[in-house]
Amino acid sequence: MKDWGYSILKGRQIDFENNDFSIAEYITKHEPSFRWCIGCGSCTATCSAARLTDFNPRKLKLLIQRGEIKGLADEIAKCMLCGKCQLVCPRGINTRNVIQNIKRALNTCHAL
Amino acid sequence: MHFNLFVVPFTAGMLILVILLTVRYIKWLSDLEAGNRNEIGGNLFTIKTLYAIREVFMESLLHRKVFKTNPLLGYMHMSLAFGWFLLIVVGKLETFFYTGKFANEFYYPVFFRFFEPTPHKSSLLLAFNALMDFVLLVVLSGIVIAILRRFRPRIAGMKKITKHSPGDRLALIALWLIFPLRLLSESATAGYSGNGSFMTQSVGNFMALFLPVHQLAIVFWWMYSISLGLFMVSIPFSRYMHIPTEILLIFLRNWGIKTKDHFSGFSEIEIQSCSRCGICIDTCQMNSQGKNSTTQMVYFLRDYRYNQLRPDLTDNCLLCGRCNEACPVGIDLTQHRLLQRKKKEFELPSGFKYLPVNQSVEKTDVIYFAGCMSHLSPVISRSMEKIFKTAKISYLFLDKNGSVCCGRPLKISGQFEAAQKLVASNRQQIIASGAKILVTSCPICYKSFKEDYHLNIRVLHHSEYLLELMLQKKLALHPSGKKVVYHDPCELGRGSDIYIQPRMLLSHFMELETIDQEKENALCCGGSLGNLSINPEERNAIQMATAGYLNSVDPEIIATSCPMCKKSIAQFSATPVKDIAELVVANLEALSESQKSLKHHKVGQTIEI
Ligand code: SF4
Ligand code: SF4
Ligand code: SF4
Ligand code: SF4
Repeated sequence: MKDWGYSILKGRQIDFENNDFSIAEYITKHEPSFRWCIGCGSCTATCSAARLTDFNPRKLKLLIQRGEIKGLADEIAKCMLCGKCQLVCPRGINTRNVIQNIKRALNTCHAL
Repeated sequence: MHFNLFVVPFTAGMLILVILLTVRYIKWLSDLEAGNRNEIGGNLFTIKTLYAIREVFMESLLHRKVFKTNPLLGYMHMSLAFGWFLLIVVGKLETFFYTGKFANEFYYPVFFRFFEPTPHKSSLLLAFNALMDFVLLVVLSGIVIAILRRFRPRIAGMKKITKHSPGDRLALIALWLIFPLRLLSESATAGYSGNGSFMTQSVGNFMALFLPVHQLAIVFWWMYSISLGLFMVSIPFSRYMHIPTEILLIFLRNWGIKTKDHFSGFSEIEIQSCSRCGICIDTCQMNSQGKNSTTQMVYFLRDYRYNQLRPDLTDNCLLCGRCNEACPVGIDLTQHRLLQRKKKEFELPSGFKYLPVNQSVEKTDVIYFAGCMSHLSPVISRSMEKIFKTAKISYLFLDKNGSVCCGRPLKISGQFEAAQKLVASNRQQIIASGAKILVTSCPICYKSFKEDYHLNIRVLHHSEYLLELMLQKKLALHPSGKKVVYHDPCELGRGSDIYIQPRMLLSHFMELETIDQEKENALCCGGSLGNLSINPEERNAIQMATAGYLNSVDPEIIATSCPMCKKSIAQFSATPVKDIAELVVANLEALSESQKSLKHHKVGQTIEI
């Protein structure tokens, strides 16, 4: 294996001991299209908030799916809900409702 | 003293009704917003009160707006409401002429024919008798339509009618029974005493042929009184609460009261005024194209009224406002859905520390704000820039490098506080520029600027602005003869009452087609940011249907003035969909092209677009 030059970075593994999938489950339940995301990044590329600050909706979706939700509340608070991402998403995901449900999930599952 | 034990159910029902209504009205009126009472005081003794009286007559009694929706449906509502009203008024007059005094037991007119079995002699009273029969006949015809319509909605022009709750059904049956029972009791009495008129006497005579009318009469009067009493008691607990409440609503509305950003006693009165007529069901595209027949305002208001509102009912609505236009009671329906969202989502987190604060802005007279959505269709903002140049107007393109959202998308998702932060940021920049005119290409921004920004400058949507420029002869547009149909964006049309300006502009250089569902009745493109939770298939179905509808008049171009509408319709339209600004630029450019070629070839040619 070593000869291939691949190694596995421990830090990038999904750690089921610590990761929290409750937010991902909540969103999938209330907005099933969340599952369709292919992480293409179109949403981030067009995002109104991303132009002004370090905000990355694609990354957030990915992290939520991995159960890594540290600092999520502060991040998602940056979204202006303008809807540009929804218009460009090639998978037709209801991105605004995903975001609304991330916020709701934070309020209901976690008092972060 | 006229008395029989059977008057008790009616009298008791009436008493209970009056007590309950008084208690509720006092509560609602005391819950009005702080400034409202002054407003009422200021308007009480003005012409507005007369307008209100006229409106009560036209809408609560004659149901003029329902007539407009469908004549048979209007007749049904009118015969019941106005007919019943006449029975009360004419009945009262009849007893007045009969007894010569105005004050009688208040149930006396209701059971008049029982208490006065002796046939009338005077021609006046005979005429009254006939009139009462005639009105009863009209009311009965309304009941017949109402019953038939329960089984076949289409006869009164509706595809779907309201599905009622058990309480409503009970009240409905009581209501349906009242008038047939009145006919039976009066006829039975006429059958033995001869005091009926053309209808009751004929029915009575017929009954007397094979029935013991004398004994039966008292049974029918009892049943009549019970059904009346039952109905009275059911009013405060059923949809029929709308009958007394709508009258109150009309007065308050005429005195200038509205549901604003808070739920008030007036909002409660609005909600209670819904008659559950169901007219808002067919008009809603969530139903006609989205196949969702549970989210319409009739159900939203009902469940809200009884505290049984499901969260999805609050979310799943385009806020397109088509129901507002259709509602014969004139309730500000979308505002209620919005307030409910506000109540629900108030505490969602938001944080916009990254927004520019106190940014210095270049001084200018005219600000152009494209809006987030226009950045997804940049041909619109590019067109606007060309137009500014052509018209030689110095302007500042405030969001050239991307917008801070106007805030309305957050607001319509219930997050009022969060929206306010975005408003503050944009507002500071607009004011700092010293501009006198703010032009935007996005109807969502437009509505937000007009309603939430409290700017002391002119706010114009680009369709208004372009018309102005053209009228001031700053843009020379030339007829192209192309056939165009215009799609009204919800936020611009129903939301902001801009219907005429884009049409005036377009018809100046194109052949503007009319289409049935336009202006107030225009379809929603389906793209609306108002609906958070609509599923993608339903959204597509609405977009496709609207695109298909606009294509049905075979236009060469579909014009609109909203980047969102443009994108939604274009997905499913074979005909090109263009923003009004693009069309203006194309016309200007075609003209300069043809002028150039004229110079070279000296031949006339028709101008494209
Ligand atoms: S644009 Fe859609 S599919 Fe692509 S990353 Fe964003 S949400 Fe996922
Ligand atoms: S809705 Fe939020 S995530 Fe999507 S583009 Fe707008 S600011 Fe970005
Ligand atoms: S909201 Fe208006 S249109 Fe709809 S059922 Fe109520 S009264 Fe009728
Ligand atoms: S606003 Fe539009 S989508 Fe919502 S209930 Fe009314 S008609 Fe239906």
